[in-house]
Amino acid sequence: MAIDRDSTLDWMTRFAGEMAEHRQELVRLDTAIGDGDHGTNMNRGMQKALEKLAASEQADPGAVLKTVAMALISSVGGAAGPLYGTLFLQMGTAMAGQGEVDLPGYSAAWRKGLEGVQSRGKAQPGDKTMLDALLPAVEALEQAPDLDNGLSAAVQGAEQGMNATTPLVARKGRASYLGERSKDHQDPGATSTYYLFKTAAEALAD
Amino acid sequence: MKKLINSPDAVLQDALRGVEAAHGDRVRVSYDPAYVVRIDAPVNGKVGLVSGGGSGHEPMHGGFVGPGMLDAACPGEVFTSPTPDQMIEATKAVNGGAGVIHIVKNYTGDVMNFDMAAEMGKSEDIEVETILTNDDVAVEDSLYTAGRRGVGVTVLVEKICGGAAQDGRSLQEVTELGRRVNANGRSMGMALTPCITPASGEPSFELAEDEVEIGIGIHGEPGRFREKIGPASQVTERLMTPILEDLPFSSGDRVLAFVNGMGGTPLLELYIVYAEVAKIAAEHGLTIERNLVGNYITSLEMQGCSITLVKLDDEMVRYWDAPVNTPALRWGA
Repeated sequence: MAIDRDSTLDWMTRFAGEMAEHRQELVRLDTAIGDGDHGTNMNRGMQKALEKLAASEQADPGAVLKTVAMALISSVGGAAGPLYGTLFLQMGTAMAGQGEVDLPGYSAAWRKGLEGVQSRGKAQPGDKTMLDALLPAVEALEQAPDLDNGLSAAVQGAEQGMNATTPLVARKGRASYLGERSKDHQDPGATSTYYLFKTAAEALAD
Repeated sequence: MKKLINSPDAVLQDALRGVEAAHGDRVRVSYDPAYVVRIDAPVNGKVGLVSGGGSGHEPMHGGFVGPGMLDAACPGEVFTSPTPDQMIEATKAVNGGAGVIHIVKNYTGDVMNFDMAAEMGKSEDIEVETILTNDDVAVEDSLYTAGRRGVGVTVLVEKICGGAAQDGRSLQEVTELGRRVNANGRSMGMALTPCITPASGEPSFELAEDEVEIGIGIHGEPGRFREKIGPASQVTERLMTPILEDLPFSSGDRVLAFVNGMGGTPLLELYIVYAEVAKIAAEHGLTIERNLVGNYITSLEMQGCSITLVKLDDEMVRYWDAPVNTPALRWGA
C-alpha cells in the first residue's frame, strides 16, 4: 500500500468536506479562546483548494499538496493560512516527483511539514496549538510497521493530543492573551489537525 | 443581529466597491488580490509605505491611503489578517525604487503573513523593511504570550512615517523614525459592549449591562479586568495609570494624546474622555503638544475607547504636522 495521486486527491476532498461539516464547531471553539474565525477560514481555504485542484492536472501527490498549499496561503490569512500552507508546502516539496510514496517517504514528508509549522509559528509542544496534535501523530507514523497501522496510530495520537490541549494555558496566538482563562477549552487548531489525520486514514482505507 | 450588509460572505468585496465609488479619484482598488493603492503610485524615488490587517477597524488602514500617509493598504477578511499575495502585489505597486516599508501590528496572523510576503517578495528584488507596532500595555509582554498587541500607535506611525517618506527621507531613516514612535507610544483600551462579526453573528464576548472591560483588544480580546461602570473620569484614570506607569513619561515631556473611539461611541463621549486625559496629563506635568480625537482604529460596532500617548520629539512633531490628504485624515493639503 502506498500514497498516490488519487488517494491524495481523495484525502484533500475529504478534508475539505470535514472542514465544511465542522465549520460551526471550529468557530465555536475559536470564539471561546480566539477570534472565532477558524472554521470559516479553513472552510473558505479548502473550498478554494478544491477549485484549484479541479482547474489543473496534478502529476503526483506532491503536486496535489503544493496546489493546496498555495490556495491556502493566498486565501485564508490569519494564522491558519501560513501554518497549514507551510505544512502542505513542505510535505509537497518532500514528496516532489514521486508517483507513489511509501511509509518512510510519507513520514519523512510529515516530519518536514511539522518542522515547517514549528519554524513558522515558533510554538513549543504544550503551548496549546495545532502542534500538540501534529507532533504525536507524526511520531506515531514514524514508529509504525506499515502505512495502514501508521495512519490509525497517527489518528489516535492526534486525537489524544487534541484532547490534551483542553487543560493547557495558551502561550501562542490570540488565546495567549487570556492567560489562565484559556484553560478548559479545546484548541481549535489542534482540532482541525485531528480532522486532517482522520481524513488521511479514511482516504487510505477506502 | 442587524447589520447593513448584503451577505456575510461579501462584506469585504462590497465595502471595497464603496471605497472605489467614493474615493476613486485618489485611490485605485484591486479586488483580487485585494488592496487599495494611491492612484499615482508608484511615486518615483519615494519610500513606499504598505500596511494591512483584518477588516473591521475602519478607517484603518484603507482610509489612510493617500499623499502624506500610506501608499497602499491590504484588507483581510473581518478580523483576519490579509494574505501574502496581497502584500506582495501591493509592495510591487508602490515600489518607487527607494524601498518599501511594511507597517505590521503585532498579531500572530499578521506577523506570519507579512513574514511570508517578505520571504516570497525577496525574488522581486525590492528592499523591504518592517515596522512592528506593539503598544498595548494591557498585555503582559512575556515569553508566555504572543507579545503586546499593536493598536492606537499604528495610526500615528502611519501618519508620521508618511510625512517623512513624502519629504524624501530614506528607507532607513523612515524605518528608524517609525520604530521610535512605536517605542515611545503606549495605549490601552476599554469596552462598554462587545462587537459582532458578520460571519459569526454572535457577540465576541459577554459583558453585563453595568460592566466594562478594561484593557480590551481591538478584536474583543479580553483585557486586564472587569468592573462596574463608573464615571468617565474613573474609566479614563483606569486607562491612563498603566500607560503613565509603563513608559517613564516624566514631568516636562511633550506628548501626543490620542483618544480613539471603538466605533460605537459618540464623539460627544470621546471629548468627555479627552477632557479627563488633558486633566491627568497636566497633573503629571505633561504638555500635550498635539492631539487626535475620533474613530480611527475601530472594532466594528463596539462601544468604548482607547487612549494612546506618544512622547514626542521635534522630528515627530514636524512630520505629524506635514500635509496629509487621505479619505480619513486630512490637513494642510
